[in-house]
Amino acid sequence: MDFTFTPEEEAFRKEVAAFLEKEVPQEYREKRLTFFDMSAQHDWIQVHRAMAEKLGAKGWLSRHWPREYGGQDASPFYRLILREELSRYHSPGYDSIGAGIVAPALLLKGSEEQKKQHLPGIASGKVIWCETLSEPGHGSDLASIEVFAREDADCFTINGQKIWTTNGHFADWNALVVRTDREVTPKYRGLTFFLVDMKTPGITVNPVINIAGHHEFNEVFFDDVRVPKENIVGGLNKGFYVVMSLLDYERTSDTAYAVAGTYLEDLAEYARDNNLLNPIMVNRLAQLRADCEVARLLHYRVTWMQSRGTVPNYESAMSKMYGFELLQRVSEFGMELLGQYSQLTGESARVPMYGRIPSCYLRSFGHSLEQGTSEIDRDVIAQRGLGLPRLR
Amino acid sequence: MDFALNEQQEMMQTLARDFLTGEYTDKVLRAMAGDEKGYTPELWKKLAEMNLLGLSIPEDYGGIGDFLDLIVVLEEMGRACFISPFFSTVVLGASSIIETGSDEQKQKFLPGISEGKTIITLALAEELAKYTPDAIQTKATQQGGDFVISGVKLFVTDAHVSDYLICAAMTGEAENPRERISLFIVDINTPGVSCKSLKTISGDKQAEVTFDNVKVSGDNVLGEIDKGWPYAQKILQKANVARCAEMVGLAQQALNITRDYAKERIAFGHPIGAFQSVQHRCADMLIDIDGSRFATYQAAWRINKGLPAAREVAIAKAWVSQACRRVMNSAHQVHGAIGFTEDHILHYYTKKARASEFSFGGVDYHLEQLSTHS
Repeated sequence: MDFTFTPEEEAFRKEVAAFLEKEVPQEYREKRLTFFDMSAQHDWIQVHRAMAEKLGAKGWLSRHWPREYGGQDASPFYRLILREELSRYHSPGYDSIGAGIVAPALLLKGSEEQKKQHLPGIASGKVIWCETLSEPGHGSDLASIEVFAREDADCFTINGQKIWTTNGHFADWNALVVRTDREVTPKYRGLTFFLVDMKTPGITVNPVINIAGHHEFNEVFFDDVRVPKENIVGGLNKGFYVVMSLLDYERTSDTAYAVAGTYLEDLAEYARDNNLLNPIMVNRLAQLRADCEVARLLHYRVTWMQSRGTVPNYESAMSKMYGFELLQRVSEFGMELLGQYSQLTGESARVPMYGRIPSCYLRSFGHSLEQGTSEIDRDVIAQRGLGLPRLR
Repeated sequence: MDFALNEQQEMMQTLARDFLTGEYTDKVLRAMAGDEKGYTPELWKKLAEMNLLGLSIPEDYGGIGDFLDLIVVLEEMGRACFISPFFSTVVLGASSIIETGSDEQKQKFLPGISEGKTIITLALAEELAKYTPDAIQTKATQQGGDFVISGVKLFVTDAHVSDYLICAAMTGEAENPRERISLFIVDINTPGVSCKSLKTISGDKQAEVTFDNVKVSGDNVLGEIDKGWPYAQKILQKANVARCAEMVGLAQQALNITRDYAKERIAFGHPIGAFQSVQHRCADMLIDIDGSRFATYQAAWRINKGLPAAREVAIAKAWVSQACRRVMNSAHQVHGAIGFTEDHILHYYTKKARASEFSFGGVDYHLEQLSTHS
């Protein structure tokens, strides 16, 4: 048993912190806003890309990858430390889709050519990714995906609509799951996983603005989009297995626990400075701090499993769901703490914390929906973690 | 970072689990819950033979293993809903002597504990049922080389079967209550000591202990006069984490029997465990248990390493107590009416969990501690 980081890991944390101290744009650090909070600003995507390339140049985005693909075979705790520090500094620049889930999925299921083609771009921070799974008619029920790819000589031609594509409006590449067999049962055996260049003719991306006013999501239309066969990952009609491993990584790559912890301490600081800590708020704060500690431990457990080469199972659904739901609770606490002031947006002269409070709160409605709903996560925990029977 | 048990810890876990599964059946649990003593000498002897009573006691004094080994075993005892003076003797008694005792005192008491000859408990709380130095009103007045103790202690676990009591009393006049507490080890047969059992909802044996002009020699002082409170705090840290380990075990077993029941019980043509409303409840139970276990082990690991642990202990006790409560509530809900009967085993777990939660400070106290340590 050991609940500390190694001296090397601690040194890495210091190195990252010193770097971010210098490199994170002043405005992001001062306002302590999230990446998407900044989406109203004209240059936010450039800031994100510039920061991504700086992280890439340091070799930090791929440090935990195998050496043959440009990594250093480092423990996944290096990825965790990097992401904790990025959260603490409110830094943009981490492509949570490309570096967070597409790279590990490619390392696991991609062909040698696919790895050679795509991993360097992710490691350098120069290529930004999006993923396209959900459709207007199918979210949690992924096996029912309808958007169809028709075999057409050396290509597949894709037609249909996808939605909830985070970063779709500026991503360079897309990890896409579509139907390639309409007859097969069970339905999940008719899905295929494609890597798609977002510049391919026939792709249209429209914004979907969330209730916090952020431009994060998009709907993506595919109109006779031709994708070469060699862009299939994991084999024709075997996309579901790639998606499952991708989702497993998605559940382990979130940093909700770190964001919640940082946000809570920011709120505590504001509350102290402004004399808001009555006994009830002191109690809430202590409770949430205990919750943050547990969220951190649940997340570390998953990373520890990965560091030993074990594939997390229900454990990742647990840490992801607990972390995200905790972030919702912390966000609600922010609203409660600031009371009437919590309604004010960044455009109001009297706004506290640059409008971060309502923004986090409104954004938090999505936390129990994204990357698989809390309901799906609880299904996973009950069925895989406890062996309870499936009804469907 | 390493979340795994080492070889020795795994060995202790298996040893304790196998022993308790074999010896401490539901039938024995029911008997012990109703039994006045709460244990049998035969069982106590077996614990001694397996070296379990020497856990965390230094080898020089006949012990074995460290505090983490003890924690692993306590989790197993929680799983078995094990009622016995083990916690009082090994966690409270032995820890107090390890933390505060002179070499002579250690020689005198610790080997007896690990050999199963001595049962010791801690008499700390009083009428206020608080674990702060100001709540200690029992007085020990110096008379030459002796001390005369007078006062009433409450919620003293296993006092009725103990050979010795460790008693915290006021010795000084200092305004700061932290600077006037001393610890004494008192033979229970000393004139003036009397025990009255406090009937509780759980099988825990608790007592009210009255000290009426109890005369003890200066040799019975543990640690230094007036400097007992910092020791008491260390003992309380261990006691609280140990209670957490018990609760983790209690909750784990409550989930295990709930899971089994949910797989077997058929309603509307399906096992009830196939329904999402039941599954999601069970999923939340597992989150509570995994989270509780890591919070507990993190605090225990820090104590074992000698690192500052006040913050982690407060987090663990506050969080585990609430999590364990949620788990028990859900266990009852999934079981339906059968879990509401005395015939079913579940209520023993529910009741013991509440006893563990309240001992050495409840949720409010530990959240308050956390506020002062953040």
